[in-house]
Amino acid sequence: MTRICIAGAGVIGSLLAGHLARVADVSVLARREEHARALNEEGLRVSGRSEFTATLTAATDPAALPEPDLVVVACKGTDLEQVASRLEGHFPRATVMTVQNGLGAEEVVGAHGDWPLLSSVTFMSGTRHADTHVEYILDTATWIGPYRGTTPAVAHEVADLIVSSGLKAEAFDDLRPAQWSKLIFNATVNAVAALTELPHDFHFAQTEQLGDLGNLVRDLVDEGKAAAAAAGIELWEDPWEMNVLATQRGHRHYPSMLEDVEAHRPTEIETITGSLVREAQRLGVPVPLHTALYRLVKAKEASYS
Amino acid sequence: MKVCIVGCGAVGSLFAAGLAGLEDVEVWAYDLSQAHVDAINATGLRLSGAGEVHAHLRATTDAAELPPCDFGIVATKAMHTDAAIRATAHAFADGCVATVQNGIGNEEVIAEHVERVIRGTTFPAGKILEPGHVQWDVKGDTTLGPFEPQPAPFAEVERLADACTRGGMPTHAVDDARGPQWRKVIFNAATNPVGALTGLTHGRVCERPDLRRLVSGLVDEGKAVAAVQGIELDSDPEELIDYSAQKGVAYEHKASMLQDVEARRTTEIDYLNGGIVRFGREHGVPTPLNEAIWALVKGVEQSWQS
Repeated sequence: MTRICIAGAGVIGSLLAGHLARVADVSVLARREEHARALNEEGLRVSGRSEFTATLTAATDPAALPEPDLVVVACKGTDLEQVASRLEGHFPRATVMTVQNGLGAEEVVGAHGDWPLLSSVTFMSGTRHADTHVEYILDTATWIGPYRGTTPAVAHEVADLIVSSGLKAEAFDDLRPAQWSKLIFNATVNAVAALTELPHDFHFAQTEQLGDLGNLVRDLVDEGKAAAAAAGIELWEDPWEMNVLATQRGHRHYPSMLEDVEAHRPTEIETITGSLVREAQRLGVPVPLHTALYRLVKAKEASYS
Repeated sequence: MKVCIVGCGAVGSLFAAGLAGLEDVEVWAYDLSQAHVDAINATGLRLSGAGEVHAHLRATTDAAELPPCDFGIVATKAMHTDAAIRATAHAFADGCVATVQNGIGNEEVIAEHVERVIRGTTFPAGKILEPGHVQWDVKGDTTLGPFEPQPAPFAEVERLADACTRGGMPTHAVDDARGPQWRKVIFNAATNPVGALTGLTHGRVCERPDLRRLVSGLVDEGKAVAAVQGIELDSDPEELIDYSAQKGVAYEHKASMLQDVEARRTTEIDYLNGGIVRFGREHGVPTPLNEAIWALVKGVEQSWQS
């Protein structure tokens, strides 16, 4: 794989595009004309854990981009349908990888073309300072697994490529245990942060007294675990332990949904908590607390207007 | 008779001004706001809005100045109950103390410091416009009854209720005052924090069907905790919720807890949802939604410190 197209250049897309451009020919499918122009003219600066400026090609029309071996659909879940539909009819020889939070991104993309598909979830994080500048903050891994018409070998190949570019990645024969671990972790931490406006800090692991926030976090995790068990998934990591560990890192992480509510933007509640609630319903597992938080975050979004 | 209002905020001022108009009642107000106390002493206490009242009474920030009183009416925010009654208890050595505060658990705290306690619930509401001047927003009834573990004599409950009623605050003395109290706490716990967490007014909360179901889930848990204690609600909190949601009633009303959150003031969540959770625990009734809401609003308060 030598030619990579990154569809959607938000934080995750920019981090992937910038790093991968050091080991492959990278093109970016952007939404805005001025974003594409700026990337073509100035390149993409990465700061933070890495420090360099990458050269790449960008356009808003897939037809204007070179034919890639791999397309990474890196937009937010809220933009997925729109980005996937723009890819329809293009890049017939490419493998397409999704990185969205939640469940079902592969199905959304797969409905727009019969590309071979890879699943992935990513834990890395950063901040976008400008169209052409992204800061690399948390160097946690991206996990990749086969989905439709791909083998574990392809997942390994992509993971190796990402690792060679300076990011962390790991390939799995079956991604679902990891995907569910992250889904439960994300649905819990993001919704609680969006409602309390607390960054992911020690309060999330506090369980000493009745009414402490950690008790709610643990109960939410337990609901998610029950749904995963009903789906026949053996979780890769315990989301409660992921939570405790993350709060001990000393870095006060701002979950993306907290940044969204602070900026009065629509959150990913639908793709994260929504997909967990719908999957639990399908499996017949009650998730009253996730349902309550889902309703509260949706209502909080409605209060902006 | 002598009555001391303990905590002369908006609700306390309604009682203070009403009672001070009666010839047979001497009213004292104990409050920590020096500006409010000074204004009351200098020019009296004024109410405007639902009623126009200008009353003269004695106010103080120093509990040692209080004379022995026949009655106390505690009207502080629930988190200040302990400090307020601890400071003033000496004035009620031979008297009875009523609470008209929000939430549950206030009587228990008061009873740690005074002998004879009156359970109470009040619906009137207002806000302080400036020191010595209170906006009276909503008229409503008050219910008083003996606090079961350490009751005031019923004749005394009736004597206080009668004075309040004559002072323009309609008040009922009943044997069991838990029904109205739990109806109000269930109403508040099911609606206030939902407004505070979402930023929506009462009407907008209720017109979202999925959110309205969450409100009902909170109500149902509260009803179960009341039922297991043998408390009969005087009416269904759901009716009050739907009634208030109508345009022209309280559709546009921002719950007081939403106002608290917007002003970054500590809320009464520990005595609303927290109270329902604690009483539920005590009686073996699960209250997972109230517990979740309690933790979330506490989280909101914690976010201001970080």
